[in-house]
Amino acid sequence: MQDDVILNISNLSKSFGPVKALRGIDFELRKGEIHAIAGENGAGKSTLMNVIDGILQPDSGQIILDGASVKITSPTKAQRLGIGFVHQEIALCPDVSVAENIFMAKTNVSRSWLMDYRKLEREAIDVFKQLSDIDPSVLVKSLSISNQQLVEIAKALTLDCRILILDEPTAALTEAEAQTLFAIMRRLADQGISIIYISHRMVEIFDNCDRVSVFRDGQHIVTQNVKDVGPSDVVNAMVGRVIDELYPEKQRAEARSDEAILEVRNLSDAKRFHDVSFALKRGEILGIAGLIGAGRSEIVKGICQLEGSVSGDVLLNGTPLKLKNYQDSIANGIVYLSEDRKGDGVFLDLPIAANISALKLEQVANGMGLIQSGAEMAQADALGRKLNLKCGSLSDPVSSLSGGNQQKVALAKLLSVNPRLIFLDEPTRGVDVGAKSEIHRILRDLAHDGVGIVVISSELPELIGVCDRVLVVREGRISGQVAGDAMTEENIMHLASVMDADAAVA
Amino acid sequence: MDSTANLAGEGTVSAEAAPFYKRLLRMRETGLIVIILGLFFIMSFASPYFLTWANMRAMSMAFAVDGILVVGMTILLISGGIDLSVGSVTALAMVIAGWLFLSGIDPWVASGISIALCTGIGAFMGFFVTRIGLHHFIVSLAVMVIARGACLLFTGGRPLGLYTLPPEFKFIGQGTIGPIPIVIVIFLVFVIAFDFMLRRTTMFRKVFYTGSNEKAAAYSGIRTKKVIFLTTTLCSTLCGVAGIIYMARFGSAQPTFGLGLELTIIAAAVIGGASLNGGSGSILGAILGVILLSLVSSSLALLDVSVYWQDIIRGSILLAAVTIDHYLNKRRA
Ligand SMILES: Nc1ncnc2c1ncn2[C@@H]1O[C@H](COP(=O)(O)OP(=O)(O)OP(=O)(O)O)[C@@H](O)[C@H]1O
Ligand SMILES: [Mg+2]
Repeated sequence: MQDDVILNISNLSKSFGPVKALRGIDFELRKGEIHAIAGENGAGKSTLMNVIDGILQPDSGQIILDGASVKITSPTKAQRLGIGFVHQEIALCPDVSVAENIFMAKTNVSRSWLMDYRKLEREAIDVFKQLSDIDPSVLVKSLSISNQQLVEIAKALTLDCRILILDEPTAALTEAEAQTLFAIMRRLADQGISIIYISHRMVEIFDNCDRVSVFRDGQHIVTQNVKDVGPSDVVNAMVGRVIDELYPEKQRAEARSDEAILEVRNLSDAKRFHDVSFALKRGEILGIAGLIGAGRSEIVKGICQLEGSVSGDVLLNGTPLKLKNYQDSIANGIVYLSEDRKGDGVFLDLPIAANISALKLEQVANGMGLIQSGAEMAQADALGRKLNLKCGSLSDPVSSLSGGNQQKVALAKLLSVNPRLIFLDEPTRGVDVGAKSEIHRILRDLAHDGVGIVVISSELPELIGVCDRVLVVREGRISGQVAGDAMTEENIMHLASVMDADAAVA
Repeated sequence: MDSTANLAGEGTVSAEAAPFYKRLLRMRETGLIVIILGLFFIMSFASPYFLTWANMRAMSMAFAVDGILVVGMTILLISGGIDLSVGSVTALAMVIAGWLFLSGIDPWVASGISIALCTGIGAFMGFFVTRIGLHHFIVSLAVMVIARGACLLFTGGRPLGLYTLPPEFKFIGQGTIGPIPIVIVIFLVFVIAFDFMLRRTTMFRKVFYTGSNEKAAAYSGIRTKKVIFLTTTLCSTLCGVAGIIYMARFGSAQPTFGLGLELTIIAAAVIGGASLNGGSGSILGAILGVILLSLVSSSLALLDVSVYWQDIIRGSILLAAVTIDHYLNKRRA
């Protein structure tokens, strides 16, 4: 039955003003398959999904569902047709409970006037239980990004859909959560549900999907069975050239220095982390690993004075730092890239250039505090080029960019101040393979030039690939560190979850 | 998007800068100017009295002082706040200055004290919003009622006649330089100064950041609470300034002045492109909004439309203007 085509899209185009997001795309989805879509940032993946879900209307082209041509005019219509969509950006109601959020979608598709809320809630909880052990009665806004993402997924699972679209669902998930999701996906596929799975992670595509389609610049390049190709074929099709080295070269042994850029002693905020001590040596990239909720972000936010009050000592280049607030921190060249891009990373409705200059406006202003828009554009242009930002015009709002390009804007914003020490929380979330290795290379160059780099990531291969040393945090304490050949996923997971402390593997 | 025009519309030197006429078309202000000119054109045929010097002068006097209020409101809206107390606080500024003057204080000193008091009221509201964490809407609603009550308390509910105001003081409200009323000059100075500052200074750019996404602004090292506190205070201070000018113009202090004025001011700012969600707006647009509303009012009066109908028509125009603008912007985005 594998060959039944459920959804067929032919010659579909969509433009946003001058930007041609989709140009005559063809796409075919079979019954019961998990179909991966790969493509660079801005290739048009999310746009096509938004068209299938009725959020956007195509300029031209056809959508054929079960052999009949359909016009999907709204997300409600899409739901009625059996299409479920987990968005790239989280869109939940923060002030209501998890359970209510989950069955919200359901109240929407029901045609009856009266709702059996008890039954709905029970169903919601049942679905949710398979995914996670979060209490369904807590408010969504109190959850971490990863847990919010799980709620978003659960929401789509409650709809009895025939086609399930997942747009980068694992970008915010931990490894274990992602594995649970894959198991559920496989079960759904076996029940005959077709799944469209968008991801920038080749491993996920190759471990879990049946077929893969590659998009480039709004066009369909190729569709193949996953078992017939390898990751490098897909990557090459995506970028249109050959990418050989995914991760930059590590720091050479002879380049190692004992000079500490950052030294942290007995840092604690009395609530979420305790007694944290570590040092960052010149030229190295330090990773911080740990389960979600272990306190990784809190530690670095504490160092930059972004959140809560901390006790303990922080030394920058050997001199004690007494930072009063985050403004102080920026003035000292210490900056933080937030893990929540949409929530606190970018100004969605402001121009790209104004986003990039936000950290230190003085740089684009003259002596009298007047912003020179020429200087501002030049700054944005230079950093945009460096990060390979894909955009129409630098005065367009950030909301017009694809997810990965928004992340590049957030990164450009930090680089704009020539920082001395950068904390990056999930720096490549949603960024495509090419740009990702580009970002990694930039980080390595910065480290080489003496800028301190600390990377937090839930993606272990990324930590292992870019970092010279990885600290592992468990329940608010540093439970150990790994370096060199000992940097393996097993060792890190072991330190992140097992109880015997101080099991440092050198 | 609108904010694009506000932040990068003027003097943008970028490689991909659109041709001048295209940029002009993209600017929200252009649409408003066209509507205003159209109305102007129609009215000059509809009423022989419309295009007279006296009418032009009366009309510009009417929007000039409100224009100062709308400057403060627009900046506050951009930062994500709102102020319902502008009408009452303007009246209070008048009443306090008038009362102090009648108790024998020099009118200039009295005005200074009164404006300072308004600044204090703004700081008071700013405190409740930024420190206690209440919403602008509810805090300013309460202050609106309190300030109105204070006006009545000081005057016993009757207008204060200030016949003895010295002529050099009345001059700010009634005098002219050549053919141009002083009020218009003051108005232009405020508008040009604030429009320039809002477009160009780093200080006011932070207002946009704060209103667009307060958390992201905090994560960019901006003291968002301070920004909101200051925009709230500025709005009330400008109410003080407007109140004093009104007093000099009328030669009296009226405790019931400005009932419902807050709605006109907010409407003008929104017609001119300010978003109630914060993060966008422009002074030029807001001023055009004031001009449009005042043009409509005086046209309706000239055409002898009944007062009851005037309100209905004004409300409908507000709805129409905002709707058209919404669609134009969507098209552009
Ligand atoms: N609302 C919009 N207005 C203008 N341009 C847009 C809009 N939405 C998307 N675009 C443009 O359309 C193109 C495709 O975007 P899309 O979001 O589909 O990319 P994507 O493949 O999902 O990328 P990513 O991997 O970064 O999520 C991009 O160039 C983007 O800038
Ligand atoms: Mg996308």
